[in-house]
Amino acid sequence: MCLGVPGQILERLDDGLAKVDFTGVRRTVSVAFTPEAEPGDWVLVHVGFALATIDEDEARATLDLLGEAIAAELEPAGNKLLQRGRG
Amino acid sequence: MKYVDEYRDGRAAKAIAAELRTLVRPGSHVKLMEVCGGHTHAIYRHGLDALLPGEVELVHGPGCPVCVIPLGRVDDAICLAERPEVTLASFGDMLRVPGGRRRSLLEAKARGADVRVVYSPLDALGLAVAEPEREVVFFGVGFETTAPATALTLLRARREQVRNFSVFCNHVLIGPALRAILDSPETQIDGFVGPGHVSTVIGTRPYDFVCSEYHRPVVVAGFEPTDILQAVAMLLRQLRDGRAEVENEYGRVVRAEGNPAALAALAEVFAVRPDFEWRGLGAIPRSGLRIADAFADWDAERRFEVPGARIEDPKACRCGDVLRGLAKPYECGVFGTACTPEQPLGTCMVSSEGACAAYYAYGRHRRVA
Repeated sequence: MCLGVPGQILERLDDGLAKVDFTGVRRTVSVAFTPEAEPGDWVLVHVGFALATIDEDEARATLDLLGEAIAAELEPAGNKLLQRGRG
Repeated sequence: MKYVDEYRDGRAAKAIAAELRTLVRPGSHVKLMEVCGGHTHAIYRHGLDALLPGEVELVHGPGCPVCVIPLGRVDDAICLAERPEVTLASFGDMLRVPGGRRRSLLEAKARGADVRVVYSPLDALGLAVAEPEREVVFFGVGFETTAPATALTLLRARREQVRNFSVFCNHVLIGPALRAILDSPETQIDGFVGPGHVSTVIGTRPYDFVCSEYHRPVVVAGFEPTDILQAVAMLLRQLRDGRAEVENEYGRVVRAEGNPAALAALAEVFAVRPDFEWRGLGAIPRSGLRIADAFADWDAERRFEVPGARIEDPKACRCGDVLRGLAKPYECGVFGTACTPEQPLGTCMVSSEGACAAYYAYGRHRRVA
């Protein structure tokens, strides 16, 4: 929660959102706080919001530190249901 | 050389460790607090404690969002969840936190309360849109890393006029917590390893008072082993030279001004409470956020009755002392016995960012000489 998870922006969507890849897990994330971030850029994401742009090496280092904690962070039970709910 | 290697390089780490020994006066005792639970985790995962000179003691701070939630607020959340019309949406970490009667949200869910785990407050808002007959309450917790997410979600709820959504706000601020620790006569900290990711939002200026008013150094640090060792070296150099400044070891991510867009959202959506109760630290002035009057319609505390009772921490659990840096996890009588990650008594064992969970996971079950 307090540690951001690095992800790479795949594409910008409407409404300040973007599709972000977290080492294979793809999620829709708000990039409203990092308006400068473009596809290909890495961002540090906290609870669905990008809060900083970072370079790729930094991203990989942080991913490595987080390790197995990431899967738990990104895929809590019921998430898929919620995504469906949001359409 | 690749970046990761550079920050992981065992030789580089040992070189810094050797320098650290030249920076302390033999026989002295320097207490440094790492504020962020992520740092605590990294220190024990990489065994950095063993690389520090014996004169340097690392004290673990209150920077674990789940750990600092007081029992009364957990009970308030359970109370909200037990209302038949309410769906309580929470981060997964909070579900296992025991409340006042040792009951958790998970147990409330087992007894029939509608509690759902969400990854983001935006998912909670999505739930409200998808299920208009439910009153969806988001259990907002965390420091300045998660508060902007709640803020933007509330801005969106107002824009889209989602009326069956509200937030039970428990967001807290790191600066006032540091002040409370500095004001406590029993915890004498010589310097602080500043949190990395919180600082991406707030920048480095909110720590200025630590230097100007309390004359203690702060070094904001990243999460790699050499980041943390480097930050300790920077703190020891400042102490040796009699300096007290805010330095930024994590300049590759953290900017002095923080994230202006996130700070603007916080300022619009939240107001500072006169005080807020923290586990182990008691009520700290101006340390918690409430929802601003302009967003009153989305404030769960105004829409529903919450008991708001203050409940003493359980006697057996020493989370409070651990959070204030007065006790190491293994000094607690229930650590690893009545309190384990599977059956936690206290919050510091529940969250993976908690000091007790880190000590348990990495085998620090007693003091290492």
